Amino acid sequence: MRKSFLALATGLLLAGSVSATSAADKLKVGFIYLGPIGDLGWTYQHDLARQALVKELGDKIETTYLENVPEGPDAERSIEQLVRAGNKLIFTTSFGYMDPTLKVAKKYPNVHFEHATGYKRNPNMSTYSAKWWQGRYIQGLIAAKMSKSGVLGYIGSFPIPEVVSGINATMLAAQTINPNIKAKIIWANTWFDPGKEADAAKALIDQGADVIMQHTDSPAAMQIASERGKLAFGQDSEMIKFGPKTQLTSILDTWGPYYIERVKAELAGTWKSEDSWGGLDSHMFAMAPYTNMPDEVKKMAEDAQAAITAGKLHPFKCPIIGQDGKPVECKGGDHLDDGQILGMNFYVKGIDDKLPGK
Amino acid sequence: MELVEAIILAVLAASTPLLIAATGELVAERSGVLNLGVEGMMIVGAACGFAGAWLTGSIFIGALFGIVAGTMMSLIFALMALGLAVNQVATGLALTIFGVGLSGLIGARFVGERITPAVHLSIPGLTDIPLAGRVLFGEDAFVYVSVALVVGVWWFLYRTRAGLILRACGDNHVSAHALGYPVLRIRTFAVMFGGACAGLAGAYLPLAYTPFFIPGMTAGRGWIALALVVFSSWRPGRLVVGAYLFGTVTILQLHAQGWGVGIPSQFMSALPYLATIIVLVLLSRARSGGSTAPAALGTVFVPDR
Repeated sequence: MRKSFLALATGLLLAGSVSATSAADKLKVGFIYLGPIGDLGWTYQHDLARQALVKELGDKIETTYLENVPEGPDAERSIEQLVRAGNKLIFTTSFGYMDPTLKVAKKYPNVHFEHATGYKRNPNMSTYSAKWWQGRYIQGLIAAKMSKSGVLGYIGSFPIPEVVSGINATMLAAQTINPNIKAKIIWANTWFDPGKEADAAKALIDQGADVIMQHTDSPAAMQIASERGKLAFGQDSEMIKFGPKTQLTSILDTWGPYYIERVKAELAGTWKSEDSWGGLDSHMFAMAPYTNMPDEVKKMAEDAQAAITAGKLHPFKCPIIGQDGKPVECKGGDHLDDGQILGMNFYVKGIDDKLPGK
Repeated sequence: MELVEAIILAVLAASTPLLIAATGELVAERSGVLNLGVEGMMIVGAACGFAGAWLTGSIFIGALFGIVAGTMMSLIFALMALGLAVNQVATGLALTIFGVGLSGLIGARFVGERITPAVHLSIPGLTDIPLAGRVLFGEDAFVYVSVALVVGVWWFLYRTRAGLILRACGDNHVSAHALGYPVLRIRTFAVMFGGACAGLAGAYLPLAYTPFFIPGMTAGRGWIALALVVFSSWRPGRLVVGAYLFGTVTILQLHAQGWGVGIPSQFMSALPYLATIIVLVLLSRARSGGSTAPAALGTVFVPDR
């Protein structure tokens, strides 16, 4: 309170002295988390990145986080709370915070915002995300090779483009190995409910799926697959502890380098509103070690990873056939462009299910 | 056939925590106390239950830890809402918020650890009977306890003098007091029973359902249990119907999605709530007349001495 009053007073009297006042202060960086920091998934990885940030720049910055913040209009209050507490750079780490973040950003033009996985920006609001579908493509290859029943089980959270593009990338890859591969998709309609995720995994396995993939946040599905002697992919973080003989690989969110880069920019006064969408090449995410598979499958996965990293292989290479049997318009030359992937709201051919809301 | 069995098994697993927590809350509410802290007591039970099992290697001791933790939480509620006559709704909500935070603190040490889940009963011959074998003779102890619990509560409430007195406290605490019954003491025991059940229900999650602890893993089950009590018109029989119906629709909608029925998944996810509410409302309309809520539910009682 005293500090802000001081800053305000000096700001009014002598603009020049403001920077001197705040230079003595540490930069305050705030984070809004969807789940608890111990969820071992999405929020856990964001918090690991925050810890990396503190380790790197701890003498210059001070971080605050709010966990378990529900998506939707309620988030606005939490974001505003961080602003009022003096945070100058605020990371809002889930898709559902998009509109609330934008609203608060417009209200406080002097505070900078970073919103994860969204598409709305403002001069003081950046977006950042990772091209997880690159990782999903590799998982699709592995899944098709490892599945004996030819049925993959997929637990989705919400039918948003991020999840849909993951399903499509998986299927496109799997079809290159086994053209008749089937996917059973169950939407949990939640990001985090271990019990429900476990129930969904049970249902998929009971219906014949033998490789389980998830786009929800807890290790419950991995644990069920392990109990039933099936195979599974982790999500967001390393989940091999919950399925030492089960986990094939996992897409690991590695936000640390990005957070450090953006905070450095903020400290240097060079922060700009940007859209960062990084893939394997820019280390926005990484693949956990390829385990529980024969050497030749591992080799195939590693080769695919290298090809995607080098830009030689694009998971959404045209032609892409939609569920209606018609090719999807190819806006990115020989592959779909980023906008098409970011807004993906269709299933590719071979998924015999209806996309909710279509 | 195997699929039917698998579905029934999943339904029982999904319904059991709701049934246990709701049974406890039913007793508390029948004594006239509205404790909205079920979610908080459950999550603390989950954290302590996992801690107990992890430290001792025994699921049984873990379950005891959960029960004790839930009871301790309910004692905080009893102290505030009964002893100091604070508003019950506010106290219950505060208890939930407190419990969510406390469980995170207790559980932080155990996040990422694994335990061996509760063993399932196995009787050679009986457990192998197709369809019914594993459902009846192949469950974990929690499932059997939950059934025994609700039968016991029914018997207690409707077949014993003590149960009658407890219900009297819930319907008219002034009369019960005038007749010489220790209303606050009875209510405290009822609240403690509710806490013990919530703690056990919470402990079921990391000990049998998904054998690891993660903060927030109850994911709203305490609230569902609370709603079940209301919609079952405070009757144990209907509570059983409601809890199993909720579990059944939850599991069936997941299977329906896997089969690709083509109904929007958002609607499917809402279905358990809709189906349970509709069936229980129809049940209570068809059977009894008049208001079924304990008349003194949620009202503060300060005995005049």
